[in-house]
Amino acid sequence: MKLRKNVAISDSGFIFNPSTGDSYSVNPVGMEMLTLLHEGTPKEKIKSQIMRDYVCDESTFEKDYYDFTLMLRNYKLLEEDE
Amino acid sequence: MEKKLYERPIIRPLNTGLMNKYGNRTEYMPVTHIEGASVKEMLKKYGSPLFVFSERQIRENIRSAKRAFETRYPKVQFAWSYKTNYLNGICSIFHQEGSWAEVVSRMEYDKALHNGVSGDKILFNGPDKTDADLREAIKNNSPIHIDHLDELYRLTEIATELNVKPRVAIRVNMDVGVYPMWDRFGFNYESGQAWDAINKIMATGKLNLIGLHTHIGTYMLSPNAYGVAGYKMADLAIGIQQKFNTTIQYIDMGGGFASKNTLKGSYLKGTDIVPEVAEYAEAICTSLLNAGFRNNDLPTLFLETGRALIDDAGFLLGTVIANKRLSDGRKATILDIGVNILFTSFWYDHKISPAQEFGSHTEDTVLYGPLCMNIDVVRENVTLPPMNAGDNIVIHHVGAYDITQSMQFISLRPAVVIVDKMANPHLLKRSETLEDMQRNELVPEHLKHNKN
Ligand SMILES: Cc1ncc(COP(=O)(O)O)c(C=O)c1O
Repeated sequence: MKLRKNVAISDSGFIFNPSTGDSYSVNPVGMEMLTLLHEGTPKEKIKSQIMRDYVCDESTFEKDYYDFTLMLRNYKLLEEDE
Repeated sequence: MEKKLYERPIIRPLNTGLMNKYGNRTEYMPVTHIEGASVKEMLKKYGSPLFVFSERQIRENIRSAKRAFETRYPKVQFAWSYKTNYLNGICSIFHQEGSWAEVVSRMEYDKALHNGVSGDKILFNGPDKTDADLREAIKNNSPIHIDHLDELYRLTEIATELNVKPRVAIRVNMDVGVYPMWDRFGFNYESGQAWDAINKIMATGKLNLIGLHTHIGTYMLSPNAYGVAGYKMADLAIGIQQKFNTTIQYIDMGGGFASKNTLKGSYLKGTDIVPEVAEYAEAICTSLLNAGFRNNDLPTLFLETGRALIDDAGFLLGTVIANKRLSDGRKATILDIGVNILFTSFWYDHKISPAQEFGSHTEDTVLYGPLCMNIDVVRENVTLPPMNAGDNIVIHHVGAYDITQSMQFISLRPAVVIVDKMANPHLLKRSETLEDMQRNELVPEHLKHNKN
């Protein structure tokens, strides 16, 4: 799973999708996941990093990661060839 | 390194161009305490969901409403509208503050007696009074507000039979320029029905006409409508004075002042557009004072204000059961609060606050109840910070009608507590038990043999 290459992520949590002109805001955990996805980080790596940095157990991560990526797909922010 | 606090990842479109990242922050301030009592501790002690009332707010509401009228008019009497909230503890506060009772059924009537209200201070309204109810009201000297001609004739017959002269008022409906017009209750002013009814009462001499009553509607946003109603009521009272040389003792302007809730579909928040009680008071008192009563003949002004006195004193506390993503991508949160205990969600967009601290990000969410029915929607769209299963929420302004109109459905109804001035919660009603629910059920003998 990979974020579209041309999606712009600003440090303050603003996301801009130049292909559609839509912009989004994300919260800090969302920002971290998005940045990792942008870098092409595999899910297992994202999981261990989030669980290392935050008070978060595995089932919470699984549930929330699933939901978050669902939304990214919904907003057409993911590469189609996934 | 210490781990950071985790908040569910969210992404939110900024497509309107107007939306600011932080939304309307004041709307989502966490509410961790109600009148000093901890939301989480109350939920732990009394269970979730839970209705919580603020005693301070109720007393402040009735006192300031009284002040608004008493500073404008010499004779004012409030009567607590039982149907709005008839928990005995709530009624008792209003009675302690000097309110009479306004009831619309025998059950409510008996409740008022049970709460220690003397019969002559119970206004008996409503279209459904049986002969037995009328006899009881006559015995206790309660003002009976006549709703229709059938009642007028029945009451006249009973009075003749008992050889007593019951104290009565007639309910009047009228056009005050507000739609819909509540013309199904009482006698119409413009068509002359009200005046005819008055003439019938005066002609027989069997009933003691002491008052005139109206209730022009509920959640009325126009104080002006009350001004119009005041003039029309005064016109009838002065007409009676002139034709029959009888002074009407009171004019009862009913209830209907809007509470600070936001009507569904309203662009503006209730807190921003709802008139203050003082504005209604100004309209009503001005119309009566200017109507042309001789000074000694000014009738006492009765008010049966309901929702405006109790709505903001009631809170409904609940718990997030789960989060879901709907097929169209919308976020859905399931609460343990269903519309069966939040009847007013059908016409209000209730203000909802999380009961714990949260970050600055929010998302649009549908709030569902637990009822396994499609109609069970607490808010169709609300902007909230991400909440996890087990988090708590506070629904505001649920003091009016939610308790009295609640339905028992698939689970047991919650407890109700009131927080006193020292931040101590007290039970007003225990949560229902299966035993409470089944108390009146019977299983006929032939249905008792179970094959399993
Ligand atoms: C006769 C009468 N009086 C008073 C009330 C209380 O109205 P509200 O809660 O709108 O003030 C009602 C409610 O419908 C009513 O029917």
